[in-house]
Amino acid sequence: MYKILSKRELAQGTVVENVISAPRIAKKAKPGQFVILRVNETGERIPLTMADTDPDKGTITLIYQVVGKTTALMKSLGVGDGYQDIAGPLGKPTHIEKVGTVVCIGGGTGIAVLHPITRALKEAGNKVYALCGARTKDLLIMEDAMAAASTECTLCTDDGSCGYHGFGTDLLKQILDREKVDLVVGIGPVPMMKFVCAVTKPYNVKTLVSLNAIMVDGTGMCGCCRATVGGKTQFACVDGPEFDGHQVDFDELAKRLRGYSDMERQSMELFEHKCSCK
Amino acid sequence: MAEVKEKVPRQKMPEQDPGVRKRNFKEVPLGYPAETAILEAGRCLQCKTPGCSKGCPVGIDIPGFIKEIASKNFEAGIAKLKEQNALPAVCGRVCPQESQCEGGCILGKKGESVAIGRLERFLADWERNEGKVKLPNIPAPTGKRVAVVGSGPSGLTVAGDLCLKGHDVTVFEAFHKPGGVLLYGIPEFRLPKDILFAEINYLERLGVKFEVNSVVGKVVSLEELFAEGYQAIYVAVGAGLPYFLGVPGENLIGVYSANEYLTRSNLMKAYLFPEYDTPLVRGKNVIVVGAGNVAMDSARTAMRMGADTVKIVYRRSREEMPARAEEIHHAEEEGIELFLLTNPVRFMGDADGRLTTVECQKMELGEPDASGRRRPVPIEGAFFTMPTDLAVISVGAGANPLLTSTTPALSLNKRGYIVAQAETGKTTMKGVWAGGDIVTGMATVIQAMGAGKQAAASMHAYLTMGW
Ligand SMILES: Cc1cc2nc3c(=O)[nH]c(=O)nc-3n(C[C@H](O)[C@H](O)[C@H](O)COP(=O)(O)OP(=O)(O)OC[C@H]3O[C@@H](n4cnc5c(N)ncnc54)[C@H](O)[C@@H]3O)c2cc1C
Ligand code: SF4
Ligand code: FES
Repeated sequence: MYKILSKRELAQGTVVENVISAPRIAKKAKPGQFVILRVNETGERIPLTMADTDPDKGTITLIYQVVGKTTALMKSLGVGDGYQDIAGPLGKPTHIEKVGTVVCIGGGTGIAVLHPITRALKEAGNKVYALCGARTKDLLIMEDAMAAASTECTLCTDDGSCGYHGFGTDLLKQILDREKVDLVVGIGPVPMMKFVCAVTKPYNVKTLVSLNAIMVDGTGMCGCCRATVGGKTQFACVDGPEFDGHQVDFDELAKRLRGYSDMERQSMELFEHKCSCK
Repeated sequence: MAEVKEKVPRQKMPEQDPGVRKRNFKEVPLGYPAETAILEAGRCLQCKTPGCSKGCPVGIDIPGFIKEIASKNFEAGIAKLKEQNALPAVCGRVCPQESQCEGGCILGKKGESVAIGRLERFLADWERNEGKVKLPNIPAPTGKRVAVVGSGPSGLTVAGDLCLKGHDVTVFEAFHKPGGVLLYGIPEFRLPKDILFAEINYLERLGVKFEVNSVVGKVVSLEELFAEGYQAIYVAVGAGLPYFLGVPGENLIGVYSANEYLTRSNLMKAYLFPEYDTPLVRGKNVIVVGAGNVAMDSARTAMRMGADTVKIVYRRSREEMPARAEEIHHAEEEGIELFLLTNPVRFMGDADGRLTTVECQKMELGEPDASGRRRPVPIEGAFFTMPTDLAVISVGAGANPLLTSTTPALSLNKRGYIVAQAETGKTTMKGVWAGGDIVTGMATVIQAMGAGKQAAASMHAYLTMGW
């Protein structure tokens, strides 16, 4: 049992932050790595990238958006409850080195994943611009944490309710036009990552993305997480989760992510029905 | 006397009717009733130099345990069996007896061999069902700590053996439950999971500790395990790297590796969706590519998930099919078709990326290849398509590099398997042994257990006397 030590609802309850006791994982985890979590005996195994770790306290922080049955079930758990299984740290850590100027651009809960990477890149001596976007002000998360983790953090919303009015990719383009950028890290929903890569491509700037493929084991034994990168099949769990975004087949990834949408809907409906019957 | 014995035919084991069982996940063969077991045991000639035992990778005293059944001393029989085999309920079900013990049985030379596997299963089931499982005496703790990495049959064997020598054993398992392929690979209808859980529970009562969710190489390295105070390590991580065909369209939704398909259905219980949360594509027209035991398990699972048609697609002919004859027979009885000398060349899907069609090419047999089997050669222009919404790729597995790539002191062969001494399982890293599929490539449960037995003996010698 992996105990939930704290729980916070963000973005009007659509996103939840859990600090969880997992000492062995906290000691080993590096930015960019993920865990595989199973809520209870009948649960599925889902991957979640760690938003933070505290090796001294033995805790890991997970931030997830409530999108289906499993995350709804997770949200129903409170402090003192726990997850039955958490395995990790999995995947390759982000390669952190001093390259010069970096833009870290995040959308939605991708910002949570981006946070430790941003911090590590800054600590390595890079000048780090953070661009954090959401549809509207209430859905933005981790503004303060991202400000602290970066050299300069700009917020943006699609509706202009907070920060820049428009997409983060507009700001990214402005920076690319203005100065020499050595690395872009883009993490968020698939269409956003695809768009980020389309923007950086003409500038020939290396662009890392983190693929949130569906997974089972997370150790390379099943191939569930396969993605086409540079025309070759790669396993996101062991070869990634980070890849050169200019090589990734995002359309295939988006389709694979929708592979079980009917069954997911069925699960969710049953779950909501049970909850309302209580 | 011998004449009378030979008159009793090899006893059949009752089975679920194929028409019924193809739609449920309950075990197919139902086991011998006691009278049948006694009758079957009576067929054994009690050979002085028994051919059967020679074929057994863990050297069970086969006539010894059969004799106890014949004289109705079941308790003595199971004790005899367990001297050499800690997982008889498992082995009685999944061992390829026809090429091991039963293959060496003298009666098989002229007629039908003694049904050794069924008798083994009978004793193990009898013991469990009668609640007769007894804990052996465990010697005083030696104070030595042993780490076992991987909880498949090989790791479980080492854990049990070393616990019985008084060592303090912890098994690290990447998944959330122990059992290895016995849990996530072999389906419920061939090996009911309650039986496996009973075996694991027995090991826990012996004192074996299990640390699940522990991906060694990621959460802790072998060096760190030594630093934590473990004095010897056994690596038995299996051969967990699925091969794909490398043909276009293989990443469509509905194309699975056998590992994923079986893990979802067995370990994650996707066949009980939505009671269990893990989803799995329920195909109407299914193909399974490959013809080994894993392919048979996948095909029979797909049938039980409600498929209209399930086809085994294999590029060689029936003679070359690596699966056990019994498994092929069971599959065919359940309505699974064999598409032999056929090779998939392309998968096609709809706009959502879902598999709809497979294109295949007909093959013919040419000259023998390196494996001695006649090489399948494509027939030019002989292409055809079939509607398919689920394809399971079951063309073998390789060595998963996750642990070995983080442990440079372990020497690997050119295919990525760990190099270990044949008699002892010693690797090139001091204090580390290895065995099972990660040394041999995908083999059998009993071979993995045999490697475990040898390694456990060598590890015990090391812990008491040195490397
Ligand atoms: C579908 C299927 C059907 C089969 N049917 C039969 C049959 O009928 N009869 C037969 O004799 N054989 C059969 N086999 C083969 C047999 O199961 C294997 O040869 C045997 O299980 C190998 O045992 P093992 O202990 O070496 O490894 P495995 O059983 O593969 O166990 C390895 C364990 O190690 C764990 N692991 C891997 N990496 C790590 C890590 N880094 N840290 C911690 N843990 C890790 C894995 O999760 C797994 O639990 C079948 C195999 C499959 C896949
Ligand atoms: S070879 Fe056959 S007949 Fe002889 S002891 Fe073994 S099982 Fe009995
Ligand atoms: S999740 Fe199974 S191989 Fe990546």
